[in-house]
Amino acid sequence: MRPRIFLSFGALVLLAGCSSGSGTWGWYVIDPSTPKGMSNISFLLSGFGATILLSLIAAGLSMMLGLLVALPGMSGNRWIRLPSRIYIEFIRAIPLLPMLFWVFYGLPVVLKSIGINVSIDAFWGAVLTLAISDSAFTAEIYRSGIQSISKGQTEAAKTVGLNYRQTMRYVILPQAIKRILPPLANQFIYIVKMSAFASVIGMQELTRRANELVVTEYRPLEIYTLLIFEYLVLVLIISFFVRWLERKMGADESK
Amino acid sequence: MSEKGPAIKISALNKWYGDYHALKDIDLQVDHGERIVVCGPSGSGKSTLIRCVNSLEQHNSGQIVVDGILMKDEASINEIRSEVGMVFQQFNLFPHLTILQNLTLGPMKARNMSKADAEERAMRYLERVRIPDQAQKKPSELSGGQQQRVAIARSLCMEPKIMLFDEPTSALDPEMISEVLDVIVDLAEEGMTMICVTHEMGFARRAADRMIFMDHGEIIETGPPDAFFNAPKSQRCQLFLSQILQH
Ligand SMILES: Nc1ncnc2c1ncn2[C@@H]1O[C@H](COP(=O)(O)OP(=O)(O)OP(=O)(O)O)[C@@H](O)[C@H]1O
Ligand SMILES: [Mg+2]
Repeated sequence: MRPRIFLSFGALVLLAGCSSGSGTWGWYVIDPSTPKGMSNISFLLSGFGATILLSLIAAGLSMMLGLLVALPGMSGNRWIRLPSRIYIEFIRAIPLLPMLFWVFYGLPVVLKSIGINVSIDAFWGAVLTLAISDSAFTAEIYRSGIQSISKGQTEAAKTVGLNYRQTMRYVILPQAIKRILPPLANQFIYIVKMSAFASVIGMQELTRRANELVVTEYRPLEIYTLLIFEYLVLVLIISFFVRWLERKMGADESK
Repeated sequence: MSEKGPAIKISALNKWYGDYHALKDIDLQVDHGERIVVCGPSGSGKSTLIRCVNSLEQHNSGQIVVDGILMKDEASINEIRSEVGMVFQQFNLFPHLTILQNLTLGPMKARNMSKADAEERAMRYLERVRIPDQAQKKPSELSGGQQQRVAIARSLCMEPKIMLFDEPTSALDPEMISEVLDVIVDLAEEGMTMICVTHEMGFARRAADRMIFMDHGEIIETGPPDAFFNAPKSQRCQLFLSQILQH
């Protein structure tokens, strides 16, 4: 389904480009046949690395953080459950952009006041914000995956002497991972899209590059169109991978 | 630890599920080597009782002492669990592991046994439950009867002193019941202390030293199988036995 949308959208844009001699479109800014266009394109594409790296590290952190939040959230003891519940509700309620500002401009001040003197650059500010904000969602993904494993598994593990950590590691998580990985990979798509916000604190990623080029070239339509395509390609690659993962997990399930 | 005291001593045990009084002032003593069969209507608290013995359910009041260990904190619960094996109605094998891995997981991770030793022990118990040739398969590739025998072997690999069975044959097709019961009878004959919840009365006559009849969270009647089956004292027990022995 999605490739078709992609193609028809592409066709539409090209059509609009060709039919307009009037100057509404100025594809020359990113025309690969001219040296100028080529250097603009490579400038725009040079944001890919940062976007991908940012997303990957944030996703990795979010996966770890999410697990740390999800596990106590499933405790039988409500006082252990409570902080995890509060964390999830709280983090989910904060819009990404204000959180980004708070982490980037505010957190260093907080840290400094307690004697930790670190500066948070745009990259780590964005990584931290994305990871924290996403972790509320990964925590819920872990929770539903783990709770889908029957209680009998935990009980059997107890009767053969496994402690909580061993039960999770050897019995529950290996089974839950099949239910957890596909939605987690899906969540990665959100991180990639949300990483665009990092541009506002000066992170040199895809969106920031596009903004900078718009400022010098005054061709927002063409440049942002290309930017959208850049994300589209990235997301399509990821969702292709998610689809593959789901199929693979599904095949394992029926074995 | 002391072989002299009883294997299990339960006194004045009460268990509530919210407002529901599931176990009412239960007193029960099980001696070493004693084989007990528990029966009673659905919802009478049989599962709850044996699940309290290894703390899969927490009791609200009363005392449980297993092999001289008083159940109180986490350390004592772990110690008790290491002496008590349990077999569930639904087998509860680990579906992502092979049969051999199912059996070696506990000994290797909870007892720090070497892989070679654990596997040797596992094969020994698989032979005892008569399925040594299935070691490399996954649980889902086995029949119900075979899976339940694997579950028994998995418990035995922890070398427990006491075995608990919660309706071990209720989820099985009729033709597989006897292969599982035979294994349990073998264990009984070797002198394993056991509490078995079951409605297989033929098995009870063969293997039990003592019958326990429960109803509404209470132990209504208890006695050796002969007296229990031939001359049940309470009316509820008579009614239950007549219903169950009909088919
Ligand atoms: N986790 C629970 N929460 C609430 N009520 C429970 C729970 N487990 C059991 N009960 C209730 O406690 C009572 C005793 O349950 P239990 O499972 O011990 O009965 P049982 O004798 O094993 O019955 P069956 O023959 O159906 O297995 C039942 O009325 C049941 O509904
Ligand atoms: Mg039961």
